[in-house]
Amino acid sequence: MSTPTARAPEISCKQLVELVTEYLEGTMPAGERARFEGHLEACDGCSTYVEQMRETISALGHIPPESLSAGAERSLLDAFRGWRSDQARP
Amino acid sequence: MESASAKPDDRLLERLRSGDEQAFTQLVEEWSPMLMRLALAHVPSRAVAEEAVQDTWVAVLHGIDRFEGRSSLRTWVISILLNKSRTQGERERRILPFSLLRRREEEGRDEPSVPPDRFQGRRGEAPGQWARPPLEWASPEETLASDATRSALLEAIAALPPRQRDVITMRDVLGLSSEEVRNALEVSETNQRVLLHRARSKVRAALEEHFESEAA
Repeated sequence: MSTPTARAPEISCKQLVELVTEYLEGTMPAGERARFEGHLEACDGCSTYVEQMRETISALGHIPPESLSAGAERSLLDAFRGWRSDQARP
Repeated sequence: MESASAKPDDRLLERLRSGDEQAFTQLVEEWSPMLMRLALAHVPSRAVAEEAVQDTWVAVLHGIDRFEGRSSLRTWVISILLNKSRTQGERERRILPFSLLRRREEEGRDEPSVPPDRFQGRRGEAPGQWARPPLEWASPEETLASDATRSALLEAIAALPPRQRDVITMRDVLGLSSEEVRNALEVSETNQRVLLHRARSKVRAALEEHFESEAA
């Protein structure tokens, strides 16, 4: 773990972890972004941390979809037909 | 040339309103997996989630004539589902005092992303820098997609306060845009980001704990 290069005002590791989402969302102002990336280049702990946030996001994206059972789909179709015939009634 | 108002939603809406069965079944097939995932973040079982999803579609049919298109059709359907599954979830659990406590907690922006004791204190050599930095995770590709990781993720999401649960499920599990999430939950851009940040930080911490206990 190395000390980030002196650049005023510096971001500490403790502050950096609070800014990760702003950074990943691309909503960080350019100046702050430069300081954030400067810190990352010099700090293994924070690079690992940001990498783990990316890995977490990617793992969440791999959670498979959860489908509706065939029975539920059938009863929805019935509900739809019932609704349609109610609509058709004057 | 289509006019600016002829969004893809408009044709679909027209077909639904006119009782086009194929439009309905197609929509149910396409969107129900997403609705199930969201419902499961609030209710204790698949059966209850299915009920919430079915109730949602029925509410969509009965409300479709009143839908004004101020948000996208998908956002509107999602917000109906969220209302149904939250009510359903609260009814099942009956933990009102607890959920109020959670709500207060989820608004708290001071809640740290990483426990403060993992950083050096004021008397340390370099205050605010890592005292106990995270250790790299091994072979992320396979490990991150494994069944054990998936259960750890779902468990971590279930432990979040309700709105953090919604935001992380919509953004990271379902891949919806921040705009859709803002509209479905009626929160500001900043608020959406704060909720997402809190949620992701906690899920990362849960994964870290999961990998460390697996390694031990």
